[in-house]
This record gives sequence, structure tokens and C-alpha cells, in this order.
Amino acid sequence: MSGGDIAAIFQGALVTVSLSVIGILIGMPIGLGLALVRWANLPVAAPMVAVYVSMLRATPLVTLLLLLFFALPNIGVPLDPVSAAILALVMNTSAFNCEVWRSALMNFPKDQYEAAQSVGMRAGQRFRRIVLPQIVLVSLPGLVNEMSLLIKVTPVLAVVGVVDITRAAVRIGAETYEPLPPFLVAIAIYVPIVFALVSLQRWIERRQVTAEAAA
Amino acid sequence: MIHDFGIVWSERALLLSGLANTAILSALSAVAALLLGFLLAPALMSKKPVVSWTARGFVDGMRCVPFLLFAYIVYYGFPTFGVRLDNWTTGLAALTIYNAAYMAEILRGAWVAQPREPIEAGIAFGFSGIRLFRRIILPPLLLSAGPVIGNQMIQIIKDSAFLTIIALPELTHAASSIQSRHYVPFAAFITAVFLYWGLCLVIEAGVSTIGRVADARR
Repeated sequence: MSGGDIAAIFQGALVTVSLSVIGILIGMPIGLGLALVRWANLPVAAPMVAVYVSMLRATPLVTLLLLLFFALPNIGVPLDPVSAAILALVMNTSAFNCEVWRSALMNFPKDQYEAAQSVGMRAGQRFRRIVLPQIVLVSLPGLVNEMSLLIKVTPVLAVVGVVDITRAAVRIGAETYEPLPPFLVAIAIYVPIVFALVSLQRWIERRQVTAEAAA
Repeated sequence: MIHDFGIVWSERALLLSGLANTAILSALSAVAALLLGFLLAPALMSKKPVVSWTARGFVDGMRCVPFLLFAYIVYYGFPTFGVRLDNWTTGLAALTIYNAAYMAEILRGAWVAQPREPIEAGIAFGFSGIRLFRRIILPPLLLSAGPVIGNQMIQIIKDSAFLTIIALPELTHAASSIQSRHYVPFAAFITAVFLYWGLCLVIEAGVSTIGRVADARR
């Protein structure tokens, strides 16, 4: 394996990281939206979201990705590998994030909400000023956990031809007839990223525990 | 569209064998990973630093590696060590080793959270070793870790789909081959999605039964 090969894997890493970040940035607010639909118990929409979340949480990302990549062009929606990858990541992570947000919303103290109502805040204000700042804090460890899970499934994106870390490693392995070294380089890139997220999650949890103990 | 599902229906034997492979593979590796987890969890809590650090390194390492890359390493790595296995066994080994780390961490967490009193009472009654573990420690441990173990089993089912890349004939692989032969992508993959969903709903139902048993015992 030459230096150029390693550079190619790092170039793939750039793609992997950007797709993950895009997936997270779009998936998180959509997850919150879905959670709000269920929390508000909107007729028709709430049960539909429940089914969507249950189904998406049970679907492997590979299967979802293949479904989107092959089936959408079939019904007349042209889709390149990168858009299919982003769509699959967003659908997947929004379902998981929805559950994290929802459990924070379910545990939100009702008296605070009623207090906000009694001082005359409108629904939007109540949500933005009272509910959101607190559920963000509560959801943070769960959301970071979902981020590390999302990054761990990104190698799948190579299946539809996204030139990410894994695709670069597979190609180099096929060219040099030595598949192990490029995969070890790929793992060496993934491990610190995931480890940083896992440590971040533990750190937030510890901080919240000590903050609670102090209060 | 109905016609497409007709084609999938005509290939039901292939799809069902894929489903069976996914279910058997996941069940076997879940059981094996749980057993390995029971060996690893005490190692994580060991007072000997060499043992606990080695176990911790393995568990944290596995938790940071994407399963797909791990499967590639096992697939290409085993033969270089002179171990030649077919794809099915390789897939099973990869799933088992990988998830053993997660199971060990789950069991450790539940173990640490167990109340000390029943164990001390058990020791006072003369239980020790295997009997103490089987009669006193294990039952409440499994009941309290049940839901998380169930989640991990769903994760194992989803991880098994990655094994399609080493041409293991599981559910996603079956759907893929139906779609490539007949070009019915939507029908083929959505059927697979529903089958995965069904598998996961079965596990969730099992977990909630365990939860009810645990509540009844409390």
C-alpha cells in the first residue's frame, strides 16, 4: 500500500464525515418534529409517525439504502448515490432521534408548562423559551449516542457506490491483492472518531449527574 | 405494482430461506454472544488490572469499530491465520465476537446495579460458586437486563444485513438477488423491510413478556 493509497482513504474519510454531519444536522430537527407530532397527539399524523419510527428502527440501513437507491429512480425520481446516502441516513437517524426527543418530552414537568401558560405565553413562546432549552439538555447524551451509532453504520454507504472510507479501502484491497492493510487504516480512522463521541457522551452524563447532585 | 409483488411472491422460497438464514444467524449469535458476555463481564469487573484492562480494551475497541469493517477484517483476516471457514460460519463468528463485547457491557451494567443483600443472603445460606450464580445472581440479572438485551438482539438482526457484502444468503441478499433478476426493486426491498420489521416486533413482544414477568416477581 503506497502513500497515495492512504491519501485516497483519507479523502474517503472526508466524504464519510461530511455525509455523517449532513445526516445528523438534517435528521436531528426532523426527529424533534416527529417527536412533537407524537407528543401533541395529532390525529392521523401521530399514529403514522409511530408506525414510521417503529419500522425505520427495525430496518437495516443497507436494506433501506438499496430500497431508496433502486426503487426511487424506478418511480421517476432520479437519485445519485450521494443523495440516496443522505436520504437513507436522515430517515434512519430521524427515527432514532425521535425516540430520544420523545422520552425527554414525556418526562418534561407539566407544572412548568402550565406556569408558562398562566403567565400568558403563546404556544410557540412556551416551546421555545421553556420546553426546548430543557429538553435539549436532557436529550444530549442520547443524541450523541445516536451520532456514534450513525457513524458506525456509514461504511454501508459504499454499497451504492459512494466513494467513502470503505469504498476506497475495498478498491485498494482489490488493486494490491492485500485487503487487510487498507481495512486496518480505515478502522484506524473510525475508532478515534467514534471513541471521541462515546467519551463526549460519558462526559456529558457525568457532568449532568454532578450538577444534579449539587442542586 | 401488483404485478411486481406477484414476482416477489413467485420467489417466496428464496425470500423465506433468506429470512430463515437471518433469523437462525441472529439467534445463534445472540445466544453465543450472551454466553461470551457472561465470561467477559466478570473479567471487566476483575480486581486484577491485567485482566480488567484487557477485557476493557476489547470491549471499548469493539464498540468503536463499525461492524461492516470488522466483518471485512474477519473475512479477509481469518484465512491469513490459516483458518478457512465458509461465508456462513465467518459471518456467524464476526457477529458473535462483535456483539459479545456489547453483551458484556450490558451485563456488567446490570450486574453492578444489582442489590448486594440477596447475594449476601445466598452466601449466608451456603450457596457458592456456580450454584450461587445460577440460583441467586442470574435470575434477577436476566430479568433486569432483559429489555437492553432485547435491543441488542434487534441490533444483531440489523447487523446481520451487513453480511450481504460477503455474499451470505440472508434476507437482504435474497431481496437483492430478486431485484437484480426481475428488476422489481420496490417490491423486493419493501418486502424485506416488512420481514425485518416483523422479526423485530416478535423480539419486542418477547421483551415485554419478560418485563411483565419481572414486574410480577417484584
